[in-house]
Amino acid sequence: MASYSTNEFKGGLKVMLDGDPCNIVENEFVKPGKGQAFNRVKLRNLMTGRTWERTFKSGESLEGADVLDIDMEYLYNDGEMWHFMRTDGSFEQFAADKKAVGDTAKWLKEQVVYTITLWNDNPISVTPPNFIELEVVETDPGLKGDTAQGGSKPATLSTGATVRVPLFINQGETLRIDTRSGEYVSRA
Amino acid sequence: MSADDWRPGATMEVLRARAGLMRRIRDFFETRNVLEVETPVLGHAGSSDVHLDSLSLMARTMKGDERLWLQTSPEYHMKRLLAAGSGPIFQLSRVFRDGETGRRHNIEFTMLEWYRPGFALEALIEEVARLIETVLGCPFPAVRRRAYRELFMTYLSVDPLLETADTLTMLRHQAARYAGADTAEWSRDDCCDLLMSMAIEPCLGRDGLDVVVDYPASQAALARRRQDQDGALVASRFEVYLEGIELANGFDELTDADEQQARFEADNQQRLALGKPLVDADQTLIAALRAGMPEGCGVALGVDRLIMLALELEQIDSAMAFATARC
Repeated sequence: MASYSTNEFKGGLKVMLDGDPCNIVENEFVKPGKGQAFNRVKLRNLMTGRTWERTFKSGESLEGADVLDIDMEYLYNDGEMWHFMRTDGSFEQFAADKKAVGDTAKWLKEQVVYTITLWNDNPISVTPPNFIELEVVETDPGLKGDTAQGGSKPATLSTGATVRVPLFINQGETLRIDTRSGEYVSRA
Repeated sequence: MSADDWRPGATMEVLRARAGLMRRIRDFFETRNVLEVETPVLGHAGSSDVHLDSLSLMARTMKGDERLWLQTSPEYHMKRLLAAGSGPIFQLSRVFRDGETGRRHNIEFTMLEWYRPGFALEALIEEVARLIETVLGCPFPAVRRRAYRELFMTYLSVDPLLETADTLTMLRHQAARYAGADTAEWSRDDCCDLLMSMAIEPCLGRDGLDVVVDYPASQAALARRRQDQDGALVASRFEVYLEGIELANGFDELTDADEQQARFEADNQQRLALGKPLVDADQTLIAALRAGMPEGCGVALGVDRLIMLALELEQIDSAMAFATARC
């Protein structure tokens, strides 16, 4: 992998730091009029999701990380691993472990396309689409006529996720959910 | 390229205000009988300053193909004018510093530089404060002198002038703590520069102007060195801070040709150690100092930053028509 100098650090660049692949979020040039120049860099550790703030002397470099974001369709869970397949016609499959899937497990639905982040060809994270349509498998019976009034109740979706939904929603209905906030958007 | 990329970074309102502020600067010096001069942007000498990278280009001249340097400041040429008997002079010039790009940096920027033969550092500090007040259009509630050492003691509880292994360990520790940097191999000056920029600077220039004085002798650049009240060797230099932003850098100017030659050589030794290209000493400056430059003080001020402060702009890009990224 190539290495990158501080002046090449741009948002989105993937580099290795302390043995983990990181995504550069922000890079600020700091320099006293007379004296050493620095780059104050914000990086997101792609393994832990945590944000780091590090300062480098300008001109220092970091090794690039072999990190790719690839669209893949979710296939199945074998009890231990989650299996995905590329959508480019290659039918190439990848297995992601619990650490990589993380909280996204509750949004996994067969045939939906997810973004899989690969580091050295291994999945390290799974990002769901912003909106996903899921069926309600369990909720209290809907209240007839209550279509506009406030109030909400919990509903369990086909993937196991629980979201707050309006009182008029019934079991068996398909809902549109915002995966970023975990909130109900509308009936699908 | 997007459809709007041709547009300037500054609004027309900012550009009009900028023109007005430039006029105020010129008026300020005219009323004080300081002569406006223009010196070359392109010269035969680059800056020797270890932490400044000059841009250069090849030009066809009377001598054939020659490497010429875009000036990082008009200092060398203005000092030659002083030696030639110009008296007090000022200049608004474009200067270039390779690699300096950021929220408060642009590779090409406007510098106000002026020299006051016969002035002591205190008198120049006063004048800088008056100039900034004039441009901003309001007097400062306070203009405070803050010694470099006192700032480190106050904000970081470490004496940066104390040359002991313990102090270096503390400085490295503080630098690592403030900036998450791997500082195990850093020099004293590296740590001091980082702590000054990231820990101390943001606190300076609030409710008034802060003028930092008595820099470590190792950071003298082209300023004289002298002993402070505790006998430590310090540089006769000041820097002016407003709203956490470094605005100006002033020197009690070095006038000794031999000392100047020695500083050039010391810069090159440091450049060698850092793997940076060596810079030929500007022999015309040495010759001018040998002929005799009057004692006095000089200061350089970042005009774009002053405009950012005057107009409350967050980015240098919005204080100028076309920052380098838009050119």
